[in-house]
Amino acid sequence: MSVELDVFVGNTTIMDEEVYQFWLDGYTVNDAVKVRMEGGVLEECEASAEVLRSDTMDQYRTFQMCERLLHSPAKLANQLLFQIPPHRQAMLIERYYTFDGVFVREVLGKKLSKGTKKDLDDVSAKTGVTLKSCRRQFDNFKRVFKVVEELKGPLVENIRQHFLLSDKLARDYAAIVFFANNRFETGKKKLHYLTFQDFAFCAGQLIIVHCNHSRVLMRPALIGKEFLQDLKELKILITDKDLLDQHKSLVCTALRGKTKAFNEMEANFKNLSRGLVNIAAKLTNTKDVRDFFIDLVEKFIEPCRSDKWTAGDMRLYLTHYTNSAHILDTFKHQVVWDRYMGVIKSCILKMYHD
Amino acid sequence: MPGKLKAKIVAGRHLPVMDRASDLTDAFVEVKFGNTTFKTDVYPKSLNPQWNSEWFKFEVDDEDLQDEPLQITVLDHDTYSANDAIGKVYIDIDPLLSSEAATVISGWFPIYDTIHGIRGEINVLVKVDLFNDLNRFRQSSCGVKFFCTTSIPRCYRAALVHGFVEELVVNEDPEYQWIDRIRTPRASNEARQRLISLMSGELQRKIGLKVLEMGGNAVVGYLQCFDLEGESGLVVRAIGTACTLDKLIPGSASNTNTHPNTAPASNACNSPSKEIKESPLAHGCRSSHNSPVHSACSSQRLSHSQNFSVSVPTLVFTGMGSGISVGKEAGPLKTLLRQQAQSALEQREFPFFTLTCFPPGFLVHIGGVVSARSVKLLDRIHNPALGNTRSYKLLDWNSVAADEPETRDAWWEEIRQEIKSHAKALGCHAVVGYSESTTICEEVCILSASGTAAMLNPRFMREGCLDAGGSDQRLSRQPPLGMVGSERAEGEVSSSWLGFDDASPPSCGFCHIPYDEFNMPFPAQLTYCYHCRRQKVPDVLFTTIDLPAEAAVTGKGCLIQARLCRTKKKAQGEVNATAISNLLPFMEYELHTQLMNKLKLRCMNALFGLRIQISVGENMLLGLASATGVYLSALPAPGGIQIAGKTPSDLSYDQHISTMQKRINDTIAMNKELYNIHPPECIEEVVGSPIPDRQRSRLFRSTSESSDELSELDLSHGKKDAFVLEIDDTDAVEDIQSLLTDAPMPAGFYSCNTEVMPGIYNWTSGLQMFTSVRVYRLNNANLTNQGLNKIFTDLCENLLKSLYFKLRSMIPCCLCHLNFTVAVPEEELIQVAVTAVAMSFDKETQLAADKALNKGSGENEEQLQFSMELCGESTSSNNQPTAKPSGLPESAMTHSSSRDRCSTWLELLRLKAHTIRRGSVKTTSSSERCSPLPEVRSRSLRSTRSLPCGAPVTVVKMTPLSFLPRTRIVKYLGIINMFFIRETTSLREEGGVSGFLHSFIAEVFAMVRAHVAALGGNAVVSYSMKECVFMENPNKNQAQCLINVSGDAVIFVRESDQEAIPPLITCGQTSTTGADGTT
Repeated sequence: MSVELDVFVGNTTIMDEEVYQFWLDGYTVNDAVKVRMEGGVLEECEASAEVLRSDTMDQYRTFQMCERLLHSPAKLANQLLFQIPPHRQAMLIERYYTFDGVFVREVLGKKLSKGTKKDLDDVSAKTGVTLKSCRRQFDNFKRVFKVVEELKGPLVENIRQHFLLSDKLARDYAAIVFFANNRFETGKKKLHYLTFQDFAFCAGQLIIVHCNHSRVLMRPALIGKEFLQDLKELKILITDKDLLDQHKSLVCTALRGKTKAFNEMEANFKNLSRGLVNIAAKLTNTKDVRDFFIDLVEKFIEPCRSDKWTAGDMRLYLTHYTNSAHILDTFKHQVVWDRYMGVIKSCILKMYHD
Repeated sequence: MPGKLKAKIVAGRHLPVMDRASDLTDAFVEVKFGNTTFKTDVYPKSLNPQWNSEWFKFEVDDEDLQDEPLQITVLDHDTYSANDAIGKVYIDIDPLLSSEAATVISGWFPIYDTIHGIRGEINVLVKVDLFNDLNRFRQSSCGVKFFCTTSIPRCYRAALVHGFVEELVVNEDPEYQWIDRIRTPRASNEARQRLISLMSGELQRKIGLKVLEMGGNAVVGYLQCFDLEGESGLVVRAIGTACTLDKLIPGSASNTNTHPNTAPASNACNSPSKEIKESPLAHGCRSSHNSPVHSACSSQRLSHSQNFSVSVPTLVFTGMGSGISVGKEAGPLKTLLRQQAQSALEQREFPFFTLTCFPPGFLVHIGGVVSARSVKLLDRIHNPALGNTRSYKLLDWNSVAADEPETRDAWWEEIRQEIKSHAKALGCHAVVGYSESTTICEEVCILSASGTAAMLNPRFMREGCLDAGGSDQRLSRQPPLGMVGSERAEGEVSSSWLGFDDASPPSCGFCHIPYDEFNMPFPAQLTYCYHCRRQKVPDVLFTTIDLPAEAAVTGKGCLIQARLCRTKKKAQGEVNATAISNLLPFMEYELHTQLMNKLKLRCMNALFGLRIQISVGENMLLGLASATGVYLSALPAPGGIQIAGKTPSDLSYDQHISTMQKRINDTIAMNKELYNIHPPECIEEVVGSPIPDRQRSRLFRSTSESSDELSELDLSHGKKDAFVLEIDDTDAVEDIQSLLTDAPMPAGFYSCNTEVMPGIYNWTSGLQMFTSVRVYRLNNANLTNQGLNKIFTDLCENLLKSLYFKLRSMIPCCLCHLNFTVAVPEEELIQVAVTAVAMSFDKETQLAADKALNKGSGENEEQLQFSMELCGESTSSNNQPTAKPSGLPESAMTHSSSRDRCSTWLELLRLKAHTIRRGSVKTTSSSERCSPLPEVRSRSLRSTRSLPCGAPVTVVKMTPLSFLPRTRIVKYLGIINMFFIRETTSLREEGGVSGFLHSFIAEVFAMVRAHVAALGGNAVVSYSMKECVFMENPNKNQAQCLINVSGDAVIFVRESDQEAIPPLITCGQTSTTGADGTT
């Protein structure tokens, strides 16, 4: 005797969150059944493996039928095929668009193209995320990218409205889209220690603060046309020797006695300042933008780390470094400086960890 | 020109991409009714077209309005080639024809294609202007209301129950026409869908005419079925109970303190019956077959000369008898009752009632289940054009063609007569809970009918009973509210209502035997009623109806199923039919035996909602009997089961038997605990006939032997009496094994196949209706009967287990109306389909209620008439101090408000339970359940987020029951009767057979919900899936499925809501009135 056909359809669509997760994670039905059996649902409900299998199959089918709707989540609310309570709909959408940190770290900053998709099996092997799940996540990135690319208005808000995601998830997607659009280099070995959340935070800084609500909003506004020249002007801080020395003494006066790493700070001041100002200047060249993070690490974070600065030291240093520039009477670019340093400071603080 | 139908096409959404080049669609819509077609403009390049068309107006006869559906076709315009059809929507206009039901149909309908399924949605507005027509020869029956519900609908009261109505129409099946060989599957499916829609419309109209003829205004318990007879045609038949219903004024219905009698007779709606009374009736209506359907069918004919039919000797199920003898007149009371009833019923051809639930007092006594089956041979349609040997047929060609439905009529007539005579044999003049069904395999067709023989209160059937005044207030006692607990509590009954001084109390009256105890139609053990001690009751009672609300029950009930599989040699024609008809009596007998054993095993003494289904396949017969077992307090306690060995000498054999006996005893004890059956200790035997207190009723393996027992009659029935199972062959061993292998339900679950579970009162509003279908393939061809039985039993058990697992989140819950349908679609295939509803209940209050019930029954069992009332009273008096703060007025101790009190009490308990658990009176979960507000709020929140097409989808609840717990039905919007076909030629791509059927069932649900929502409703009650025919051909990558569903569309409001505001209707009206002015 074999079961030829086996379906269960409820007027209110029944969905088990656990099974949904298995499905999202790309488990096969057999694997999902195995895991569920180990999970102890059986003892709880006096069911057999067969029952579990039948239930899993049913749910997988339901999810497959729903997947089409999940691609444009707004449809889920006014489709007629499945009667799903609103809070379940929200759960379905949120989980469908949730991604694995390890996976996204691999594709962050890469072009969301067919070529990248072809390499997903390598990513899958490397991260341990199933290929199926990798594909879903990748397609999600691509879908969101495609939609917001053509929309006007604030990036995060667009994503949130169009895909009915939570604020947190919408921000993450904004970061992914932002990285993909600017092709930031994140794969270098030196950057491996950074998590997706670090990058997402930095992306948030770069987007929120600097994006004026225009069509080019996916580019960091630091590159905005009106900003280009201004950023170059900052170079005066390192090219003008007097200014550099003056800046250094101001910072050192403020820092003296407040930190153990003072000597290192004093010794390294010129190098560090050069690094930061050079990054600003480099941003004006679109092609160099993608090196933003690697520059930040190489030119600033690594030297500080080898000098054993604490996070507190870092904060103290950056605060005084930024503020001291205001006192320099010959430095005229205060507004640009504040804007630039505001972003850089928060990025560095986020990125400064092991 | 009695009617004007108006339709407006507003918009579409989520349309499929029809033009690959642009990824868009140029959609337009064709609106067709009868032979008139209108078109909208093409809305170019959009998947969300906004047609906003003018009002398309059709001027039509009301006859057509009843028969025809409005047909809406969405197409993709193509300049160079033929336009591609996207899909269709059929809208049944019937709900708009009754002034009381819906006034407008407005909403989003799924666009359905028989090959692709749902492809987007379309927003449509439909209205009907009806002109009054007093044409005495009219063929229409507009305004007659139809209900699938098998009880008097909740917001009506039955002024008069007229009785049985039936009709059938026959046509050729388009699938088997010659043209089917050249047309596309899509065209063929659509032809079939349309034809069946037409035929159901026609059938409904004809039944309506009969109802008008009888002076009624409604059909309750309307049951429509299709017989797909294959090449010999397609039969659509329906039965129902004609009634005159009065609408209850919502105010009086909601206020229980008002005297029920205040619902005035003048409120008898604008019933067409009144209209008809003024004009003499056209009696020729019934025989006229002038509809388009019939003229179409007259081109073919059915030869019925070689009609083959076998009438199967039928069993009458009551107690354990299997023979019939005619009961003679009994005592004076019964004679009087019978005479009264007979005068009321005698002019009726068939005193049958499709109702399963009755107003209190309607049912006087119940005899037992009566059933009849008949095996018929279907005839092939002989196309005369091809030259037929039976040339004489050609002569009276027309008459034969017109005669055709009469053949089927005659078949059913025969069966109904048989049922009638069975009922008579049981001393009953009526049959209630009556239903009919067929099973077809190739050219063999089994017709089955079954019901419960009963004595009814004649008052309900007499003309002019409304004028009889105060004494008839019973009729309006139909509980207006959806809560079961309330129904039970409301049962206080004055004993004079029957018009007899010594009338039986209602809680046990129906159990009393209607037949003469000295001349019983079958062997049964009679005792004096354990409740009133005045009348005789049988030891076991089988019925097809629901448990009467007023019945006194001990403990809870449970689903009991008997399953049977019998192999049969493959054969053709008459040989096959004879073989089947020879097998049937044995199957019935064995099913009955199984039911009896399982009933005893659960320590219960009555079955309700018994439904026996026998299905024919090419090489096997399947039998499935389902019922809900209960322990009726009025009936004697069932004895245990004793196993007797045949060869007592063998020691090991003895041991085997004793271990088995022990297992059985253990199971019985466990079941008693599980179902909370603690019958009061038997006080003393009042009927003191000194007959051995261990009366053995033997259960033999063959029918012939059982007749030996007929002569013996025993009046005494002590509690120690045991039911003896004799193990005389391997079959019996198998039986016992299977008896014990029935897996117990997991904790927290109960199940029944009736409307509600006896013993559970405190439902929450959480419910989940579902359909589950399984098809099994029997791989090894040579199976024995035992092997098959085992497989079949496992199959049903596994399915149940799956359901329990699926619904575990609803615990504690009860699966109600668990309705199994079995079929043998092909050789070696068994199909089981289940539709049921899982309803959760509140555990805390249930426990308390159980405790109170036990306590109450222990204390004064004699006075226990209405368990619920009693427990309400006793507990509320115990809890007086706690009850006061909640504002429970002490003055509420009047009888009329006992229901109020009860529900308050339940609320209180529930509140307390929450308080204990959470330490705070304000609980979120209870408010969530009771009021719809949070839901609405969250939806509106949502809608601000979602972008296109503003309004959120209305939530439509579905249930096979006639009510929704904790709600009140305020309006019935009309009957939903839909038929769909789905076909695929890419089975693998659609996820195999399971994927295909899964999406189809989901689509059917969606379409039902959409239609209900468009009528302004928010629920379907009495929902059932009457047909699910699934065919597959995996080799060709093809599959086809037909589904027929029905139910009643309603508007409900939650009980907690103070004001009954019918949702959606108002907005629909306002939006249409503006456009109306332009016409």
